[in-house]
Amino acid sequence: MDLEEYRRRARSWLEANARRSRDEDDPGADGVAAAKAFMADLYDAGYSGISWPAEWGGQGLSQAEERAFAEEAKDFTLPTYVFSIGLGMCGPTLVDLGTPGQKARHLRPLLRGEEIWCQLFSEPGAGSDVAALQTRATETEDGWVVSGQKVWTSVAQHADWGLLLTRTDVDVPKHKGLSMFVVDMHAPGVTVRPLRDMTGRAHFNEIFFDDVHIPAENLVGRVNDGWNCAVTTLLHERLSISSGVGMGGQKDNPVAFEALRHTVDTGDHLVRDQLVELYIRSRALALFNQRLAQETKAGMFPGARGSAAKLLLAELSMFQADLATSLAGPEAVAYEDDGRLAGSISLAPALSLGGGTNEIMRNIIGDRVLNLPPEPRVDKTVPFKDLKTGTRQ
Amino acid sequence: MNLVLTEEQRELRDTVRSFLVAASPLPDVRRAAESESGYDPAVYRRLNGELGLAGLIVPQEYGGAGAGYAELAIVLEETGAALLPGPFLATALATILLTELGDKELLPDIAAGTTVATVALDGDRALNGAEADVVLMVDGARVRAVRGGGRTPLTTLDPTRRQARVESVAGEAVASSEAGMERVRDLFAVAVAAEQLGVLRASLDAIVAYSRIRVAFGRLIGSYQGVKHKLADMHCKLEQAESIVRNAAWAADEAPGELPLAAALAQAYVGRACFEVARDSLLLHGGIGFTWEHDAHLYYKRAKSDEVLLGPPRIHRARLADLLEL
Repeated sequence: MDLEEYRRRARSWLEANARRSRDEDDPGADGVAAAKAFMADLYDAGYSGISWPAEWGGQGLSQAEERAFAEEAKDFTLPTYVFSIGLGMCGPTLVDLGTPGQKARHLRPLLRGEEIWCQLFSEPGAGSDVAALQTRATETEDGWVVSGQKVWTSVAQHADWGLLLTRTDVDVPKHKGLSMFVVDMHAPGVTVRPLRDMTGRAHFNEIFFDDVHIPAENLVGRVNDGWNCAVTTLLHERLSISSGVGMGGQKDNPVAFEALRHTVDTGDHLVRDQLVELYIRSRALALFNQRLAQETKAGMFPGARGSAAKLLLAELSMFQADLATSLAGPEAVAYEDDGRLAGSISLAPALSLGGGTNEIMRNIIGDRVLNLPPEPRVDKTVPFKDLKTGTRQ
Repeated sequence: MNLVLTEEQRELRDTVRSFLVAASPLPDVRRAAESESGYDPAVYRRLNGELGLAGLIVPQEYGGAGAGYAELAIVLEETGAALLPGPFLATALATILLTELGDKELLPDIAAGTTVATVALDGDRALNGAEADVVLMVDGARVRAVRGGGRTPLTTLDPTRRQARVESVAGEAVASSEAGMERVRDLFAVAVAAEQLGVLRASLDAIVAYSRIRVAFGRLIGSYQGVKHKLADMHCKLEQAESIVRNAAWAADEAPGELPLAAALAQAYVGRACFEVARDSLLLHGGIGFTWEHDAHLYYKRAKSDEVLLGPPRIHRARLADLLEL
């Protein structure tokens, strides 16, 4: 089947089966059940794991088909949010690094939507500097025992499995003493607590591990090679963000240019010029994203330049929510309606923090795009147990 | 929409870039700028002869190469990056005007490189007006080609590009139309933005290179986040500026309906971004950047001159507002 035919069939399946509704980022039990039913249909139709290996439940097709389906799906709202971490990050990591046993056990149920995954890297003392994490995994006779705390974990409240990064050796420098595991989120000693963010809602969770037993066969990659495994996962994260998985468009955004032009007084010259500024910034970024997509299609891989697009998106999100609330005036912050502008200004910092802070993005651009000299580091050669970590008085 | 250069376009860029690096490095730019004519005619003879750039967008029937605006933008980016002195942009603007208006009289000599032409941009002020053989004077929808007449050189901020006031004397009428002039003004905006992209890129390259070799407090200055993060932001401007220029040049060739908005955006964004990057490049150099012998001020002055070349920047923002029906 040629690509155009594939695309046409995908489109007609989506038209018949995809709901044009909101994809809830905090679905209740009913929402999760509906999402699981949709994933099963998607799998049976052959559109789940399009480019994943056929022997593990994928379709064994190329990136071209994967991209064609993603492009067609952009016009629909698929209820796939709760699977986005598994499909975008955990699954691809297992495809690359998992044992045959792990692949056989986990990949098909993930693709069929039977099991939900979360990713457990960040900790209260290890955010931008994730390699400073302190959750300990200690080897026992038949596996490992894990204790520690993870944070910012999306969909953990629904998750069956987690991809966990732990410290297994404190006597070596921090990047050299980490190991990755698959952890059963229903195991004794795992506690998931919703973490209320500044919007008042719980978009993510904090997870506590109290002497949680992990069987030996759940180790991903080699012992103390967890940093390289994590880099693989983070690479998949950036790819999945830039290809649009789990990213809302500007279509329904009340603070985007298209919405704002209808709600503010453009008879005022100052307002008009501020809207022009918003148009300029929005369009500049949209064109840059289109250029990156065209380069990728032409076989030129943008690599770290994707960090520039992410930084610009974070800044634009902050700018437009700030502008929209300022233009609206007092009713933006004291209201009887649904408070969409207040919601936007509350949510605005999220993109500047999640997926790497603006400062980390600038470091990446400086180091890997402009090839600037690296900062001198005090943490590269010191054993982890002698390093300062987290917050110290 | 095509925002990525084709194989042939990359070859054109590389050819022009390596020619200018060899034939017009910055020390030569300074020497030429201080000479009587303000540029080196020998460099132009090679540009127009070996590379055929004077006739790049001139239709083949008039002796040109018949290339598109995407190609012209690539060349202007390189002449901008090199701060090439002399009437290259002036003649490019005149060529755009004449090509769009379907002129047959002047284009063959321009394509051959034997006539230097320019355009009086607001009434009687013209880039390289004193050096040009022909000045195109625009009055509403009417255009006339003026030879001779008084030319009064102006003192310019930018030492690498001259301007003059041109006496309005009688000239030959050039065929014209109102709609045609609208499009021509948009194309001028795209051409200048392409040059600005080159100036932006070159001034960023200069400070990136310097921050890899300059040491302060025992460290290369590029390793300090105070410097590195500014350079990252400047790189973001470069990425967006390039995307905007490619889009505008594509619209000029392939999507005339989209050109007005794309061209106004190009001036509104790239003009500002170019000056900001040239300014920050100069500042990050430290005190040496404020000296006459350092090149940072040449980019800075070109960037400011280009930003206001087609009028005060607010007119591009006002045009955007009008086109967006705000």
